[in-house]
Amino acid sequence: MHADWQAVINDFKAVVPDVDFWSLRLVSEETETLCVRDAVVQPPSLVHDRGVHLTFVDRGGCAYAATSALTREGLRTACEQALRWLEPSRRQALVEARQLPWPQHSGSYTTPVAVPWDEWSLAEKVELLQDINRTLLAGDCIVDRQAFLGHRQSEVMLLGSNGATIEQTFHYVIPGYVAVANRGSQTQVRSGGGWRSARQGGLEQLADFGFPDSARQVAEEAIALVEAPECPVTRADLLLMPSQMMLQIHESIGHPLELDRILGDERNYAGTSFVTPDMFGSYRYGSRLLNVTFDPGVMQEMASYAFDDEGTPADRSHLIREGILLRPLGGATSQARAGMAGVANARASNWNRPAIDRMANLNLEPGNSSFDELVSGIEYGVLMDANRSWSIDDSRNKFQFGCELGRLIVDGELRGLVRNPNYRGISATFWRNLAAVGDARSLEIWGTPNCGKGEPNQMIHVGHASPACVFRDVEIFGGD
Amino acid sequence: MEAYFRELSDTLCADLAPGEVLLLNYRGEASDFVRLNHNRIRQAGHVHQQALDLDLVRDGRESGASMPLCGALDTDLAQARRLLERLRAQLPLLPEDPHLNYAMEVHDSIHHGEDRLPEPGAALETLLEAARGLDLVGIWAGGEQSRGFANSLGQFNWHSTHSFNLDWSIYRAGDKAVKQNYAGFTWDDDYLAHKIASDRETLDLLGQKTRTLEPGRYRVFLSPGALYELMEMVSWGGFGLKSHRSAQTPLLGMVRDGFTLHEDMTITENHAAGLAPRFTRAGFIKPDRVVLIEAGSYRNCLANRRSAREYGAVVNCADEQPESLEIAGGRLHQDEVLSSLGTGLYISNLWYCNFSDRNHCRITGMTRFACLWVEQGRPVAPVNVMRFDESIYHILGDCLEGLTREHEHILDAGSYEWRSAVSARLPGALVNDFTLTL
Repeated sequence: MHADWQAVINDFKAVVPDVDFWSLRLVSEETETLCVRDAVVQPPSLVHDRGVHLTFVDRGGCAYAATSALTREGLRTACEQALRWLEPSRRQALVEARQLPWPQHSGSYTTPVAVPWDEWSLAEKVELLQDINRTLLAGDCIVDRQAFLGHRQSEVMLLGSNGATIEQTFHYVIPGYVAVANRGSQTQVRSGGGWRSARQGGLEQLADFGFPDSARQVAEEAIALVEAPECPVTRADLLLMPSQMMLQIHESIGHPLELDRILGDERNYAGTSFVTPDMFGSYRYGSRLLNVTFDPGVMQEMASYAFDDEGTPADRSHLIREGILLRPLGGATSQARAGMAGVANARASNWNRPAIDRMANLNLEPGNSSFDELVSGIEYGVLMDANRSWSIDDSRNKFQFGCELGRLIVDGELRGLVRNPNYRGISATFWRNLAAVGDARSLEIWGTPNCGKGEPNQMIHVGHASPACVFRDVEIFGGD
Repeated sequence: MEAYFRELSDTLCADLAPGEVLLLNYRGEASDFVRLNHNRIRQAGHVHQQALDLDLVRDGRESGASMPLCGALDTDLAQARRLLERLRAQLPLLPEDPHLNYAMEVHDSIHHGEDRLPEPGAALETLLEAARGLDLVGIWAGGEQSRGFANSLGQFNWHSTHSFNLDWSIYRAGDKAVKQNYAGFTWDDDYLAHKIASDRETLDLLGQKTRTLEPGRYRVFLSPGALYELMEMVSWGGFGLKSHRSAQTPLLGMVRDGFTLHEDMTITENHAAGLAPRFTRAGFIKPDRVVLIEAGSYRNCLANRRSAREYGAVVNCADEQPESLEIAGGRLHQDEVLSSLGTGLYISNLWYCNFSDRNHCRITGMTRFACLWVEQGRPVAPVNVMRFDESIYHILGDCLEGLTREHEHILDAGSYEWRSAVSARLPGALVNDFTLTL
C-alpha cells in the first residue's frame, strides 16, 4: 500500500476557507489478520481504512472535522462542519487559541523492516498457525486454543497551512497464541508468543516474542495450572516478570502522569490523577532504583515515531529519575495550558479522532541485578507472569492486578506453580517498595494495542519495556 | 445512504461468478462530538465515516475485507472490486470452513429512525447555561448512525437512528463528583434543567465531611448504573455459547456445579427493546428475546453464526455478548431504597471492574463518583473511593435482598471507533455483606 494523497490535498486546498491556521492529518491503514482456533482456520480479514482529520484555528476558536468522504465535495462538507463548530468554540473555549501549537517542522519516519509481511505466503502463515494449534493440544484437558498473526501498515501525513509537512509510515506485527485448560469447574488460560502485545517491524520480530517456540510450554503450563494450588494469601515479596511489569507501569505510572488527566479533561471517563502539578521536580514517586523514560526511539517498540500528531519532534526524556518525579506525559497543547515542560505525546487513534495526551513508549530502565540475584534475594514471595486482570481507581492509586501464572519463591529458590495469583496496593506507596531491578538481560519489550481513553473514546497502541522487578511487602492472594 | 448502499450492493452482487455468495455490511455515522471541561468547550468537531464490509463465500470457504466509502460510486465500486479480486485469489488457498454459516432465507427489513434531534449548538448552550458556576466535564455525542446488510441471495436490511448521548460529571472538589447521563432521541430543555438541579442538591451532600470506610462487609445499594458495570463483566463471556462449551464462562459454576442466583434474578437479552439492528452481519434475524437466566437458574446461551454451526444451535445474536440486557424488576419501590438500606453504602457508580477469580465469577472494582454513607435511611456523607472484591453468586445470589421495581434505561455512551448501540434496562439492587477490601 502507498497512500496517494496528492489528489486529496489538492481538493482540500481548493475548498479550505480563509482561517488563521489549518492542519490536515491524512491517515491510510491496511490491517490483515489470520487466526486458527481449535485447528479451524477462521475467515481471514483484510481491513482498509482511509480518511482525513482537519483542524481550523481562527479568531480565537478551534474546531475539527473528520471524514472518509475524500472527494472535493466531501472535503467541502467537512470544512463546513468544522466552521460550524468554530463559533461556539470562540464563545466557550477552554483553551485559548493562541495556546494551540502549530507544527513547526517537516520530516519523515519509517519503521525498519527486515522481513516484510508478504515475504511469507498466506499458505505458509496458515500452516505455521496450524502447527502451533497442534502443539497447543498438549493434553486432553485443553479445551480451546488459538494462534493469531496480524500485520498493520499505517501511513500518516500531517500538513500545516504554514508549510510544515510530516510523513510517517509504521509497520506492526501482531502475534500470539493461547491455550485454555479445564477440569471440572477449574479453567486456566495461558498465553504466549506476544499475545495481547505487538511490535513495530516485520516478521523478524516474532522470535523475540518466542513465537512459535514457546507454544509447548504455554500449553503445558495451562494444564499444570489447573492442578496447581491456589496462590497463598500473604504479605510478601513480589517478583514481577516484564509481561506484568508492562501493566504495572502502564496503569500506575503512565496514566497518572498524563497531563490532560491532571488538567481534568478525563474526569468524566478515564479519571483524574493523584499526581498534581506541584509534585513535579520534588515528589518521591518510587525508590532510588526507579528510572522511567519516555522513549520514542526504541525501534521495535509499538509507539516509536519521530513526531507526534501535533507535529512536535519526539525525543527521549526521563519522567522519573532515581525515584523523583520530573516531567509529565503532556503534549504541546497541555504544556501550554499547564505552563510546564512535557513530551511529544499528543496522539490520535485514527483519522476520526483528535489528538490527546497518550503514553507512547514508557519504559522502566534496567538496573544491575541478574534474574538469579532477583530470586535469591527473596526469602518468601511469589513470582507473577503475564497479566490477565487489571483494575485501578479513577485517581490511579488503589490497584488490584491478576496474572496468568504464579510461582512460589522460598529461601531464594523458585518452587512450584500457584494459580490465580493476584496482588493489590496503592501506587503512591507501591513504587517506594521497589527493592531490586533486573539488568538489561531480563529486559523485554512489551506493550498493548488496547489502551483506552478519551471522549470520544480512543483505543491506541503503547509500548512498555521493562526488566523483571522485586517489590517488598505486597498484599498477595489467590482465588476462592 | 440507503439508496447508495443498495446501488453498491446490487452492482457488486451482479458481478459475482457462479457459485459465489457475497455478504455486504454497511456502517455509517455522522456525529458531532463536543468535549467539555470546567463547563467550557475543550474540543468540538464532527465525524463523518462510512465503511463497507465484504465477505466472499465459495466452495465452503469465506474471506472478509473492509473498506472506507468516499461516496463517489465509481471510486467505491472500483475499490470494492479490487478487494473482491484479492478475496477470490485467497479463497482457494484456505481449507474448507466447517463453521461457515450465513442466512439462507431472505428476510428484508427497513427501519428509519426519525430525526428529532435538537440543533447541537443550542442544546450545548442550554447545558452550559444550566451548569453556570459548576465544574462540569463530559461529552455531547449526537447524530445519525446507520447499518445495512445485503447479500447476493437478495436480502436487504437497513437500520438508521438519530440519537444523542450527553454524558457528564459535575465536580465539587478533588474526586467528589456527581455523574449524570441524558441520552435518547428527543431533547427536552426542562428535563435537562431538572437533572442539573438534582446534581446541585447532590453536590451539597458531597460537601459534607468525607468518610473513609474500613475494609469489611457492608450493606449496600447498587444503583442501576453500578449494576450495569457488574453486568458488563458478567457479559464478558458469561452468556456466549462458545465460552460455555469451552469452559471459559465466568458462570461455569452455574452450568457445572449447580450454582444459582437469587430466585428473583431473571436476565434476558431483549433484542426487541434494544437500539441495535435486528439483523446480524450474516443476515440472520435476531429473536425478540433470549432468556439467559430464569428465576436464578441458567437457561440459554447467545449463539452467533459460527457457534451455532459448530454446536448445532440456532443463531440468536450478532455477537455472543448482550447488546440489550434486561434484568427483571423486583418488589422494592424506588422511594423505599434509602429506608430499606437503613445504614450502609449507597453506590451510585462502580468503575474499572475485572475478574479476580473468573472461575467463581468474583469481580473486583472501585466505587466512583457520588457514593454516599447512609444512616437510618438518610444520606449523611460522601465516602472515599473503596475497592470491592466479591462474587456475583453472592451479590446477585445469597446476599441479594431485593431489586427495585423500576428500571433505568441505560444507553451506552461508548464511542470506540464508532458510537455504541448497546443499551440495558436494569433495576437497582439491595445487597448484604458486600466485601470492601482496600
